[in-house]
Amino acid sequence: MTVFIIRRLLQSFFVLVAMTVIVFVAVYAIGNPVDILIAPDATQAERTAAIARLGLDQPLHQQYISFVGNLLQGDVGRSFVFNVPAFTLVLSRLPATLELALFALSLSILIGIPLGLWAGLKPQSIAGHSIMVGSIFGFSLPNFWQGLMLILLFAVLLGWLPSGGRGEPGEFLGMQSTLFSLDGWSHLILPSINLALFKTALIIRLTRASVLEAIQLDFVKFARAKGLREGRIVGVHILKVIMIPVITIIGLEFGTLIAFAVVTETVFAWPGIGKLIIDSIFVLDRPVIVSYLIVIVLTFITINLIVDVLYSVFDPRVRLQDLGA
Amino acid sequence: MRSRLLMASAFVVSFAAAPAAAEDLTIALASEPTSVDPHYHNLTPNNALTRHIFEPLIKQDENQSLEPGLATEWGVTDDPLVWEFKLREDVTFHDGTPFTAEDVAFTIERAPDVPNSPSSFSLYINDISEVEIVDDHTVRFHTEEPVPLMANNLSTIAIISKKNAEGASTEDFNSGEATVGTGPYQFASYTPGEEVEMEAYDGYWGDEPQWDSLTFRPITSASARVAGLLSGDIDVVEAVPTNDVASLEENEDVSIWQGISNRVIYIHLDSDREVTPQITAKDGSEIENPLRDSRVRKALSLALDRESIVEDVMEGIAIPAGQLLPEGFFGVSEDIEVPEYQPERAKELLAEAGYEDGFKMTVHGPAGRYINDEQVLQAAAQMWSRIGIETEVETIPVSVYFGRASDLEFSVMLVGWGAGSGEASSPLRALLATYEPDAGFGATNRGRYSNEEMDSLLKEALVTVDNDKRQDLLAEATEIAMEDVGLIPVHFQVNTWGTRDGLKYIPRTDEYTLGTSVRPTD
Repeated sequence: MTVFIIRRLLQSFFVLVAMTVIVFVAVYAIGNPVDILIAPDATQAERTAAIARLGLDQPLHQQYISFVGNLLQGDVGRSFVFNVPAFTLVLSRLPATLELALFALSLSILIGIPLGLWAGLKPQSIAGHSIMVGSIFGFSLPNFWQGLMLILLFAVLLGWLPSGGRGEPGEFLGMQSTLFSLDGWSHLILPSINLALFKTALIIRLTRASVLEAIQLDFVKFARAKGLREGRIVGVHILKVIMIPVITIIGLEFGTLIAFAVVTETVFAWPGIGKLIIDSIFVLDRPVIVSYLIVIVLTFITINLIVDVLYSVFDPRVRLQDLGA
Repeated sequence: MRSRLLMASAFVVSFAAAPAAAEDLTIALASEPTSVDPHYHNLTPNNALTRHIFEPLIKQDENQSLEPGLATEWGVTDDPLVWEFKLREDVTFHDGTPFTAEDVAFTIERAPDVPNSPSSFSLYINDISEVEIVDDHTVRFHTEEPVPLMANNLSTIAIISKKNAEGASTEDFNSGEATVGTGPYQFASYTPGEEVEMEAYDGYWGDEPQWDSLTFRPITSASARVAGLLSGDIDVVEAVPTNDVASLEENEDVSIWQGISNRVIYIHLDSDREVTPQITAKDGSEIENPLRDSRVRKALSLALDRESIVEDVMEGIAIPAGQLLPEGFFGVSEDIEVPEYQPERAKELLAEAGYEDGFKMTVHGPAGRYINDEQVLQAAAQMWSRIGIETEVETIPVSVYFGRASDLEFSVMLVGWGAGSGEASSPLRALLATYEPDAGFGATNRGRYSNEEMDSLLKEALVTVDNDKRQDLLAEATEIAMEDVGLIPVHFQVNTWGTRDGLKYIPRTDEYTLGTSVRPTD
């Protein structure tokens, strides 16, 4: 298992290096951030000075080398736009996105798995059909439109919930988070429903398909023949088998929830990293783009690692080793 | 008729001083300020935000006319190279320290030289060679040559406190430590991406602040801003999208406020190169650049149906333009009419220039930088196609567009210009003066238009201190450039603010959204 983890980390390191090179070349090819940031009536001298201040007067390979040099000392550089350390900026926005992603993920698991089980166990019932039809809506309605409709219904027409923004954080065991305050929850509900809808639909369908498959298996029939309670058959035996694909997807989807909450964050003015990255791409704020991607790549690597370890917990046949090794 | 109406609404000046109500105001911004350091980034959202906390020596009112700020009197001394400013005496910073000439000298020293600034204020201060402190409340600025725009330039510079900001970095401002000004509101908190909070300053020298606290929240999505206003979470929103205006006007819970801006949307033409990249004969073969001929440029201008662009594309929320600034601004010519739509005359002009069969061109514009920019360009392209110029449109994301435009990759391009100084020398100097980057002329002249007569009038105006004379020189320079069609003005943007019922917003030509411009209706 140790070898497996070391190998994984080594691979991740190459992914990180490749990523920084791609970002550097791509952002460089798109254009010069100073053209976007500078006042249009600035003189050529002022423009040259601004380019020099941001270190963009150096040739690209030179910029990359000094970037790597600073990176080895733990410094990703300062945001061109906000003039604060880029990594700090990304990390300061991460809690907001994590709250949103965790909340949305919990929602989609708590709703998705029971509904999926139901639809799988009783595929021909009215409820089973309704759940499947409902999940089609979850898939096919555009995310931003869902968001706007949620705002229209719950914020504008009913006035129950705020239309956007993040609530005041509360404190619990020394941790600051809007998960610990009522105001925080009221702000979280709409965006996390918006973010969770698609994932819920996905989990429903996946759970249902796995259940339909598992129910045919010999050990289930055997369990039934043995006279086990239905609750135990479903709750222990079937659930355990279907968890493998569900965990894989949940793991992957948690990564995408964090990385691609962009639409939700924009519609609900949620101050997370998704919104930050979009704004940064528009103004070619390279240090922020790089920091963001480092955080995201590390997140994906960690999640995949956790997912792999969870496999071996749920299915003892899975051994954590590289087939090639 | 419509334009008169809008102008009238923009020019409402006097309001009865209402009693201070114990109220908080939440304002949604369309784009996020990048800092609360007033000198870090010369950018409209930053300048507007910091204007609550800090004040310049001279303020610009809602029509960008100058009015006393921290200086009560100013003018050129007998020596035309020296400006003298008398400072207000009863002013204190938010920490209680009195405001003096020392703070002015310190500000002039710091403003052009903030580390890592992506766009500094040096262009407004470079002319000052020496700051002389005469006494605590008198300061003199020495220059190398006459600078008639000194007052306009200094109206962009926020005065900071020497005691609190000496050696301070942008981060010290963002944390609030150095964010100590003289303005009606004082810094409370700044959370990037989330909100900026301010509280009323009791010791303000002017009218008592209207609101107990101001909260600014960046909400970049237009529909989210409107939803916030409708749900009552937000009191004031800026940049209401044109297609929402009609429905919001019918809604009793919100009010819409509009005012003309200093931003002209114009078409720049490559009038310099012999062969220009995106213009060919109809069969695709290379031809000499037709835009060097002023008759062709004029034809393009006359082929534009500005009324129709304003009515159909902008839904009436814009004003057709015939020059670089709307009427009422300093340096505007009263003799220039908005060019009438004359497609037949345009065709004649093309024929006179030897292009009776037209030619083929691709025009470029930004995607989403200005109100309805893509649609405006599409409409213009159709109008040009009607006079026989086969026109294709290509719109490009903003992050790429301006860089490519400045690299002269385009032949015909749609751009906008807001005159920060609030007078005509700003667009003339940047857009139409012959390209001389080191001298600061033609910095944004992406068509490389050049006209010696206009240049010399402009240069004369820039050193003419006498206001009436300068007004005439600028007007004349504008007339020459417009007659020669150095660029094609299309329309002036009209900005729209939305407030909840019971509030009014006094529109500003500089597009600033200020808490101090929000009043209760009574």
